[in-house]
Amino acid sequence: MTKTLLFCAAPLGALLLLGACRASPGERAAKLPLRWGGDAEGGAPFVEADPNDPSHVRGFDVEIADLIAQGLGRRPQFVQVAWASIAQSVERGDFDVGLSGIEDRPELRERESLTMPYLEFREVLAVRPVDRDRFRTLADLAGRRVATLGSTGAYQILLDEQTRAKVVPVSYDDDVHPYTDLVAGRVDAVLLDHIIAERRLRVLGGFVIQPEPVATGHYVGVLARGNVALRDSVNAILRERMRDGSLEKIFRSWDVWDDAQATYFARVLADTSVAAARNVSNGATSALAYLPSLLRAAGITLALSVLSMVLAVTFGTAVAAGRVYGSAFVRGLLTVYVEVVRGTPVLLQLFVIYYGLSGVVRLPAFLAAVIGLGLNYAAYESEIYRAALEAIPRSQLEAARTLGFSEGQILRLVRGPQALRLALAPMTNDFVALLKDSSLVSVITVVELTKQTAIYATNIGSWVVPGILCALVYLSLSLPLSRFARRLERKWNLT
Amino acid sequence: MEPHVTAQTLTVRGLRATRGSVGVLRGVDLDVASGEICALMGVSGAGKSTVLRAIAALQPFSEGSIVVDGFALQPGPVPAESRLRPLRGKVGFVFQAHSLFEHLTVMDNVTLAPIHVQRWTRERARGVATSLLETLGVAARAAAYPRQLSGGEAQRVAIARALALDPHLLLMDEPTSALDPARRGALGETLSALAQQGRGLLIATHDVDFAQDHADRVAVLADGVLVEHGPAREVLANPAHAATRALLQPIDSSP
Repeated sequence: MTKTLLFCAAPLGALLLLGACRASPGERAAKLPLRWGGDAEGGAPFVEADPNDPSHVRGFDVEIADLIAQGLGRRPQFVQVAWASIAQSVERGDFDVGLSGIEDRPELRERESLTMPYLEFREVLAVRPVDRDRFRTLADLAGRRVATLGSTGAYQILLDEQTRAKVVPVSYDDDVHPYTDLVAGRVDAVLLDHIIAERRLRVLGGFVIQPEPVATGHYVGVLARGNVALRDSVNAILRERMRDGSLEKIFRSWDVWDDAQATYFARVLADTSVAAARNVSNGATSALAYLPSLLRAAGITLALSVLSMVLAVTFGTAVAAGRVYGSAFVRGLLTVYVEVVRGTPVLLQLFVIYYGLSGVVRLPAFLAAVIGLGLNYAAYESEIYRAALEAIPRSQLEAARTLGFSEGQILRLVRGPQALRLALAPMTNDFVALLKDSSLVSVITVVELTKQTAIYATNIGSWVVPGILCALVYLSLSLPLSRFARRLERKWNLT
Repeated sequence: MEPHVTAQTLTVRGLRATRGSVGVLRGVDLDVASGEICALMGVSGAGKSTVLRAIAALQPFSEGSIVVDGFALQPGPVPAESRLRPLRGKVGFVFQAHSLFEHLTVMDNVTLAPIHVQRWTRERARGVATSLLETLGVAARAAAYPRQLSGGEAQRVAIARALALDPHLLLMDEPTSALDPARRGALGETLSALAQQGRGLLIATHDVDFAQDHADRVAVLADGVLVEHGPAREVLANPAHAATRALLQPIDSSP
C-alpha cells in the first residue's frame, strides 16, 4: 500500500496518511482522502505535472478525479504510478481508483472493476506528410514498421494485423518516441489514440494524421475487482456530471471534447488553435520551477541508495561469513541465494517483491525498493567480501592462532579489517552503480530522480535541460563518494 | 636423550606425521629444557617446520605425544582454539616471514593479544610492549606499519609480539634466513638473553654457523627421523651421520 504523494518520500506520505487516520472509525471512510493513481509521465492532456507548480498535477483526468472526490465528499490525493502498472497497483490497494487514459479492454474488464467510459477516442494512423496518400490504412502498410505504445489496445491491434495486414509492430515504453522516430524515418507509421496523436502533432509536428480511424475505444477508471460499491458510486457521479455538462466543460478546457461520432472532428479542429499555446513555456523559468522537485527526488534517490547499501553491506557480510565459515549445508544454501539473485534481473526481483508478494505481505513501495535493491546488492557484496576474506594469507591467520585469539576474534581483529581494505574499491564501485540502479524502482511507483526527470521532460517536451540537470545531480552524489574512497585508499596504502 | 638437571619445557615422543600417504615425520623424540637453546637442524624438506607446527598445534600429527609445560597434545585433528587456550599462553611462535598484522602499527601488533586475549588494560599492555620493544631495540618504530620496516626490524617486532604473552617455550622458524652476518650476531645475543630468563627456545635452522655460535644443543633431522643430537660444538665438530656432514658440506666447498 503506497501512500506516496507526488514528489514526496513514501515515509512522509505514510506520516500524512497516519495523520489522516486519527479520525474516529465512523468518520474514517468519509475523512480518508480518495487516493487515485495516474502516471504524470503520460503527460497532458491526461495527467501532467503543472509547469507553474510541479508539485501538483493537472490534466482532464486530474479534474475528473477532483469531480469524483467532490461527489464522494473526500479530498483527492494523487499517487504516481507507472502507467503500465496501474491495474496491478490498484488491485494491491495502492490507491482507490486509477485514472490516466486507461483503455476499456475486454481482458482488463475480466480482471478488475471498470467505471463507465467517460471519453471516446479513435485509434488513428500518423504518417510522414510524403506518405499521406500512400499509407492511408493498415492494409497499405504491409511489410512496414508501425510503432505504438506497449500494452495498449493499439498494440493489440498491431499484433492482430501482424498476420493479416503483415505490418511489423514496434512497441515503445512512452508515447513521444514513436512520433520522433516516425519523423526521423525509423518507422513508417504510428498507431495511437487520436488524443495523443494530436497532442504530439502540436508539440512535435512533422507528420500528418490520417482522417480514417482504425478503431474506436473508450477511457475508463479502474478499481480493484472487489471494489464494486465504490465503482457504482463513481459511475453515479460520472453519469450526473455528464448530464450537467461538467465533464463537457473539462474536456473542452483540455481540447478533447468529442461529441461522439459525427460532430467530433469538426469541434476538435475548431479548438486546436487555442490549445497550441497552452504548454509553450520558457525553458529557464521551468528549469527553476522544477529544481525543488528534482532536489526532493534526489533526496529520495540518496536515501534509497544509502539504506539499500547499508542492507547490502550488512547482509552481504553475513552471507560472506556464512560461505567462508559455515557448514556445508549453510554454504550450499547461501551459494544458491547468491547465484539466483545475481543470475536474474533486479527489475524482475522488484516486481516479485512488490507485486508478486502482495498477496502475502503488502510492503510500502519505498520499503519494497530498499529490500529489493538491498538484497540484490547483498549478493554482489557477499562475493566481494568472500573473495577478500579468502585473499588474506593463511600465515596471518596462523600467527593470530598462535597468539590465542578465538576464531571470532581473528575474523573481527585480523581477517575482517584486512579484507575490508581489499574490498573498498569494488564496494565504492557498487555503491556508485547502486545510485544509478535505484532509478529502476520507478517501476514499483517510487518517484526518484530519473523518474522525476522523465516526468519533467515529458512535461516540457525536451530532455536537454532535464537531462543535464539530472546528470549533474547524479554526479554531485557520486563524485564526492569516489573521492572519499580514493582518499581512504591512499591512507591505507601508506601502511 | 641425555638427562637434564633443569625442568623440561618441551617433551616430544615418537612423533609421526603424514602428508597424504607420505610420512613426513617418522618417530621423532625431542626435549627442550628451560634456559636452553636447541637448534633443530636439517636440509630443506627434512621436516623441521612440521615439528614446530605440530608443537604449536597448527597442524595435526598421527602418532606420538607432545607435552608443553604439562599441557599434552594428542594425535588426531587439531583441537578447537577454545581447548588450546592453555597451550597458547605457553608457546610463542616467530614465523620465518614474521607474519606481522599488516593493518596494525608495531605497537598494536604487540598489544593486540594482551588486550584481547589476556584482557589486560590498554595501559598495562602498552607498558609491557614498550619495554619489550626497547629491549629489542625497535622502540623508535612503535608507530610504524609492518611494510615500513626492514627485515631485521620486522623480526624483532615479531619476537616482541610472541614474548608479550610471556611464553615458556619460543619456537622460531629459520630466523637467520633474511639477516646479514652482523644482525645474526645481534639476534644470537637476544636469544641467549631470552634463554637466561628461563625460557626454552627451539629454533629450526640450517645455518650451521649460527647453531655453532648460539645453540646449546643441536638435533639433526633427516627424512623425518632424528639422526644425531647432542651439545652443539661436539655434534658439529665431529658429525657422526651423513646428514650432518651434508649440512656442513656447503661451507667446506664454498669458494
